[in-house]
Amino acid sequence: MNASLSWIKAYVPDLKADYQEFRDAMTLSGTKVEGFTQFDKDLDKIVIGQITKIEPHPDADKLVVCQVNLGNESVQIVTGASNVFEGARVPVVTDGGKVAGGHDGKMTEGGIKIKAGKLRGVDSFGMMCSIEELGSTREMYPDAAENGIYILPDDAPVGGDAIEYLGLHDANYEFEITSNRVDCYSVLGIAREAAATFRLPFHGVEPVIQKTVDDIHDYLQVEVEDKDLCPRYTCMMVKNIRLALSPKWLQRRLASNGIRPINNVVDITNYVMEEFGQPMHAFDYDTIRGKKIVVKRANDGDTFVTLDGQERKLDKDILMINDAVGPIGIAGIMGGEESKITDDVKTLVFESACFDGTNNRLSAKRLGMRTDASGKYEKGLDPNNAYPALLRACQLIEELDAGDVIGGVIDLYPEPVKEKQIAFEPDRINAYLGTDIDEETQLSYFGPLEIKYDPATRMLTIPTFRQDLLRGADIAEEVARFYGYDNIPSTLPDSEEASGRLGYEFVVQDKIRQILMAYGYSEAMTFSFESPKVFDKLRLAQDGPKRNTVTISNPLGEDYSIMRTSLMDGLLTSLATNFNRRNKSASLFELSNIYLPKALPLTELPDERMTLSFGFYGVGDFFDLKGTLEDILNRLGLKMPRDYVADKDITFLHPGRQAKVMIKGGKEQIAFLGEVHPQVAKTYGMSGRVYVAQLDVQALYEYVNFDKKYKEIPKYPAVTRDLSMVMDKLIPAGDVEHVIAKCGGKLIESFNLFDVYEGDRIGADKKSLAYSMVFRAKDRTLEDKDVNPIIDSIIAKLKEKGIELRS
Amino acid sequence: MKDKLAKIRLEAIEKIKNAKSMETLNELKVAYLGKKGQMTEVLKGMKNVEASERPVIGQMVNDTRNEIESCFEEMQNALESALLDAKVKAETIDVTLPGKTKDLGHEHPCNLILKEVEDIFIGMGYEVVSGPEVEYDYYNFEALNIPANHPAKDEQDTFYINNDILLRTQTSSVQIHEMEKGVLPIRMIAPGRVFRADEVDATHSPCFHQIEGLVVDKGITFADLKGTLDEFAKRFFGPDTRTKFRPHHFPFTEPSAEVDVSCFKCGGKGCRFCKGEGWIEILGCGMVHPHVLEMVGIDPNEYSGFAFGMGLERLTLLKCEIDDMRLLYENDYRFLKQF
Repeated sequence: MNASLSWIKAYVPDLKADYQEFRDAMTLSGTKVEGFTQFDKDLDKIVIGQITKIEPHPDADKLVVCQVNLGNESVQIVTGASNVFEGARVPVVTDGGKVAGGHDGKMTEGGIKIKAGKLRGVDSFGMMCSIEELGSTREMYPDAAENGIYILPDDAPVGGDAIEYLGLHDANYEFEITSNRVDCYSVLGIAREAAATFRLPFHGVEPVIQKTVDDIHDYLQVEVEDKDLCPRYTCMMVKNIRLALSPKWLQRRLASNGIRPINNVVDITNYVMEEFGQPMHAFDYDTIRGKKIVVKRANDGDTFVTLDGQERKLDKDILMINDAVGPIGIAGIMGGEESKITDDVKTLVFESACFDGTNNRLSAKRLGMRTDASGKYEKGLDPNNAYPALLRACQLIEELDAGDVIGGVIDLYPEPVKEKQIAFEPDRINAYLGTDIDEETQLSYFGPLEIKYDPATRMLTIPTFRQDLLRGADIAEEVARFYGYDNIPSTLPDSEEASGRLGYEFVVQDKIRQILMAYGYSEAMTFSFESPKVFDKLRLAQDGPKRNTVTISNPLGEDYSIMRTSLMDGLLTSLATNFNRRNKSASLFELSNIYLPKALPLTELPDERMTLSFGFYGVGDFFDLKGTLEDILNRLGLKMPRDYVADKDITFLHPGRQAKVMIKGGKEQIAFLGEVHPQVAKTYGMSGRVYVAQLDVQALYEYVNFDKKYKEIPKYPAVTRDLSMVMDKLIPAGDVEHVIAKCGGKLIESFNLFDVYEGDRIGADKKSLAYSMVFRAKDRTLEDKDVNPIIDSIIAKLKEKGIELRS
Repeated sequence: MKDKLAKIRLEAIEKIKNAKSMETLNELKVAYLGKKGQMTEVLKGMKNVEASERPVIGQMVNDTRNEIESCFEEMQNALESALLDAKVKAETIDVTLPGKTKDLGHEHPCNLILKEVEDIFIGMGYEVVSGPEVEYDYYNFEALNIPANHPAKDEQDTFYINNDILLRTQTSSVQIHEMEKGVLPIRMIAPGRVFRADEVDATHSPCFHQIEGLVVDKGITFADLKGTLDEFAKRFFGPDTRTKFRPHHFPFTEPSAEVDVSCFKCGGKGCRFCKGEGWIEILGCGMVHPHVLEMVGIDPNEYSGFAFGMGLERLTLLKCEIDDMRLLYENDYRFLKQF
């Protein structure tokens, strides 16, 4: 919402604040100023002069030498403008003054300083100005010359301040209005806030018509069929329309709000919309068939041509203004081509109505045509504002002599909105705000807001335009903002019972973060939604369960249309970004939710599972990945045994280098890991080996155990034995380790694979593994006779699996 | 015998003292004190000594042996320390060469900032909790005093799954979940992902994070809200930070405010960083709307509360002086390693 300070001052004449003070005070009382444009910022020493004599320049054909009377002196000014004449009154910037820009309309930050000097050898003591040089436009000053000096009217006082005369000691403010303050989408509403903010009297508009002719009821009949969508419909009429340009003050106010002046009738509807916040519509009476207006819903499939010449498709939820034959306007959105005001208009009908805000908003949205009018209606207007606005329009018609107002009003308002009553509870307000504001001070804020107080009942009567004031808390806000949020003390809530902590899940996540960072992984963050194309990039089976997604019905595009069921695409994309930017290695992890629908279509919230992904390229191999995963599980205190099951089914991983991590004897999968399938790596634009893993953190929460118990540091020495064995290449090392662990029993402390060999010396299809085993007893030094039987049993068990000792 | 001992003694000590290396010294040790050394030879000769003289000679043998041994030790120490000195001298390094580091990982800047915020509020007695990201319309809107067809629903550019389920547009939904638990008082913050249909650019992202705060107790006041956020701002941005509360509107708080902090770069004088304003907007807040309390079954006549919400990305961009939000989601290691 925009308004110039001078327009606001029209209703708060005592307002004296300077531009910055006004801005700050309004912002602090709740009408936030986004910014303001000061018209006279770069204007200085500009007076009204009168050209007394024009002579040709001796050395330049395109220049003339003017003698200009500035009231108390006369100066010589050389100009190249061709529209000057003797006797013309013009704005003159004198020696040492400033203008805002060039005559081409280009503004110069800080303005342009004008000094006395010579033009082609002739003295010139200033400059006559165009409207552009004054930092304004012909939109705001339509009488200014298109190219040349602004010739002022003959009554302009010679020697007077031209800036003052042109009303340029002003600024236009842009206000951010919150959605609850419908009343402030009007200059009057903002002025009322300004009056309350500065504790000054507010002079609203109480329009009165001096003279009317005829009676509207002899001209027009109005019927509202769908009252639910039109709580109030009022209209008045004007005949003998006399179209003309609006007076300067009105043009300027519209232009300063960004509205182009057109003619008196159009300007009046726009002016009242800005001033009252009430959209007005004008119909050409002679086009209304049957002299009747009917407000009712359209039918599905109807079409209608709006005044911009476009054909619109209607439906049964769109409210229309009809005449006796058919539609003439879309209620509160746009009028029709046929009933629009043309230069030939003789008689017009002013409509000032109140339409249902929600219906209007949804209709405008469906039609794809949010107009100035619908932008107001959609907020839900105060029906009690409709009639004063209508009266104001007719008053302006009279004042501007744009026509003759027809007597009477048609006002269909079956259920007038009544003013609300709210109890005034000053103590509760203080208790709520943490303040100690006396009753009298609190009450003093209400007057300027037009909230009435009845001391007998201690009730406040709320004007209907304040639809946001419903209960005590709302009144507390009014007190708070005019007392000043800044003046409310700062205290801390009593914290006796409070003890802060991090939720358990966050603790687990933090632990995982710490471990991964120690292993050199950096934390990544990617979006929760992705493209369904991801499934093909990952080569997932067409009917795979991961393709069942929570799907966004109104996504920003296909790329962001499904909630991810895996973190893999995010990780691979981030790794690829690094790869493509020639970072020689990258190790990344992400802790984030995946979203698994419980049923499709979605009837309940999906399963949101906290998931960890991590991976790298350019450093390490599968076993670095596995080691990190193992360490995470160990440090989270996961006591249960885990099985790494070689797998081929994970389509985006290398078929010979992938594993699932199972717990509960293979019943539950908690993770997978592996090398990225070269084909998939290529799809993501990477070459070389890439490793990734994903862990279901959500599943781990119940198994995590941060309880640490001390185990005695061994007192007795250990016995170490090494075994080197040869076996079929396909036998997994895990099988060997199962045997060692099982046969080792209580005495085996640890074992460690220290060599893997494949090659000529042992034959093709064979491999050799060498393990080092450490045996120890808690209570004595072990001897050969303790360890030898264990080694024998390991060898025997391995033999059963076809594994031989390496000779 | 005596003469022989005296001779050995003299000769041994002389040679030991002249030894120039450990090797020579060790050879001498073997020659005199070893199994086949001269002193062993002497001992073997003891059986020829008369019984009456044995104690005296025995004593002499021991003394001589001890003397040689201690001389030997002395010389060994001297040689060792000379060797060590030479070694140490030769091992001088250039301490100005660069130190070696392990390639530790880096926390995402958003998470780094989140930790700071969490620590401040945990210190003030808040519990850190979470709530669902895919959410019922009821929790995201209706229970927050934004009924069906409320214009605010359009303003927030919501992603919908279907009529009832959406991607939460604000962590305020967690307020409702916490209050529904029925355990009072409440003092919580809820960080998490939120989603709005904003196209990606330098300051917008359709997927970002908010940190919600909620306190509900008897006698909570607007002054408490001011004090709490003032304290937060001072701890987060620095002790000289000032706050400015501007009236604003949120459907689920009343009164509501937006909070600016004095620019921590220029201290409020106005600079490029704060676009000359001296103030930077950081969050929205207010007293929990009594209707919101009523809807979750809390009596607003007995309890009151305040709530606030801030954008984690915004705090991160400000504090780390990152000029483009997209950097946060690209995960370029050259970016991440700076945190």
